[in-house]
Amino acid sequence: MSTVDLHTLTGAYALHALSDEERGAFERHAADCEACAREALELSETAARLGLAVSVSSPSALKSRVMRRITAVRQDSPRVVPLTRPPGGGIRARRLSRWALAACVAGVAAFGGTTVWQYERAQDASEQARRSERRTDAIAAVLAASDARTAGAELAGGARGTVVVSKSRDEAVFIASGMAAPPSGKVYQLWFDDGGTMRSAGLMDSHRTAEAVLLEGAVDGASGMGITVEPAGGSAEPTSDPVALMTFPA
Amino acid sequence: MKEAVHIGKNPSAEPDLQDLMGSVALGDQQAFAGLYDVVAGPVIGVVRGVLRDQAQSEEVAQEVLVEVWRSAARYRRERGSVINWVLTLAHQRAVDRVRSVEASAAREHRAALLDHAPEYDEVTEQVEARLEREQVRRCLRTLTELQRQSVTLAYYRGLTYREVAESLALPLGTVKTRLRDGLIRLRDCLGVTA
Ligand SMILES: [Zn+2]
Repeated sequence: MSTVDLHTLTGAYALHALSDEERGAFERHAADCEACAREALELSETAARLGLAVSVSSPSALKSRVMRRITAVRQDSPRVVPLTRPPGGGIRARRLSRWALAACVAGVAAFGGTTVWQYERAQDASEQARRSERRTDAIAAVLAASDARTAGAELAGGARGTVVVSKSRDEAVFIASGMAAPPSGKVYQLWFDDGGTMRSAGLMDSHRTAEAVLLEGAVDGASGMGITVEPAGGSAEPTSDPVALMTFPA
Repeated sequence: MKEAVHIGKNPSAEPDLQDLMGSVALGDQQAFAGLYDVVAGPVIGVVRGVLRDQAQSEEVAQEVLVEVWRSAARYRRERGSVINWVLTLAHQRAVDRVRSVEASAAREHRAALLDHAPEYDEVTEQVEARLEREQVRRCLRTLTELQRQSVTLAYYRGLTYREVAESLALPLGTVKTRLRDGLIRLRDCLGVTA
């Protein structure tokens, strides 16, 4: 196969749509062709997004089986893993750094979907589910908006926050992961930052350390958002210093 | 009262997937439980799409998830995201299974499948990752019909590009190109960069 042909195989390679021989030929080529290696990695990440989109709920029996199995499975030792590329072992490329949002959204989507509902035993579970679904729809609409802009920030204690703003919808979504639970009897309250004046944008669910929340109210020109710890039920204005401040993406 | 809902077993320790992988590689079973909660759904979805058989899908998904545990130390962040590493493994194992079965017996069954290009809706029938799905759905609509069919047949059905060409009655070169430019368009629409 000519080199020109090999360059065009990045898509088929990323989709596992090549024969073994073709895959070998492509990997040998990509080991020396930075452009192909990079493109193949990007397209592979793209294919993973196709996979995330067909996520289904995992049967709890499967998790029990897998968790039992791993106790008897010896792990590969990190020390025996060669630091250089093993023959035929895939492709190296520069580090990807933009995983943040997709990972957040994936985790939160899986979590904010049926997993939560499965654990809700309240009598009004279906009404909760409907409300939750409407919220999820609104969140999805912001994320899918053609003018959705994103900014991420490291928050205190290793938590991560991502804010997605859609100008056309005048709405914002805050996605948190790894936030410590608020102190007992307290909640996290979200605020729009109107040039230094804080306007309440609702409360976070104190039971969840990873969550996507639609900020309540219109963005209405707010320059950013903040999070404070407030007494249960929330406050009319902040009563403590913000634990996080984030500027909205331009 | 609403029950507290936690991610994994420890609600205050939901680190990002890279960190989880690091702990899993060191034998941390609780970290693996957390990783499992994030990746199991997509793994099963991908495997089921390719294998189209409940029992086989669960078997392969289980193999994949155990392999994630076993080979966690092989994960290298410079080769991509954790989810990509896991889903690449899942897709590859599902495709391997289909192709080995195919090689031994079920050619006719496979040929029947090829007559019918899947609609995206059919594939995503039971999808629950709503947010991701919305974005992907929107971006798939930006592809040409041929790009979309080629990409979805290859990924969601696990066909080789030769099989895609056969089922769409297109020249091999055309399919190679459609797979590449279709994925590039998706990449740009989804904002995937490396
Ligand atoms: Zn090349």
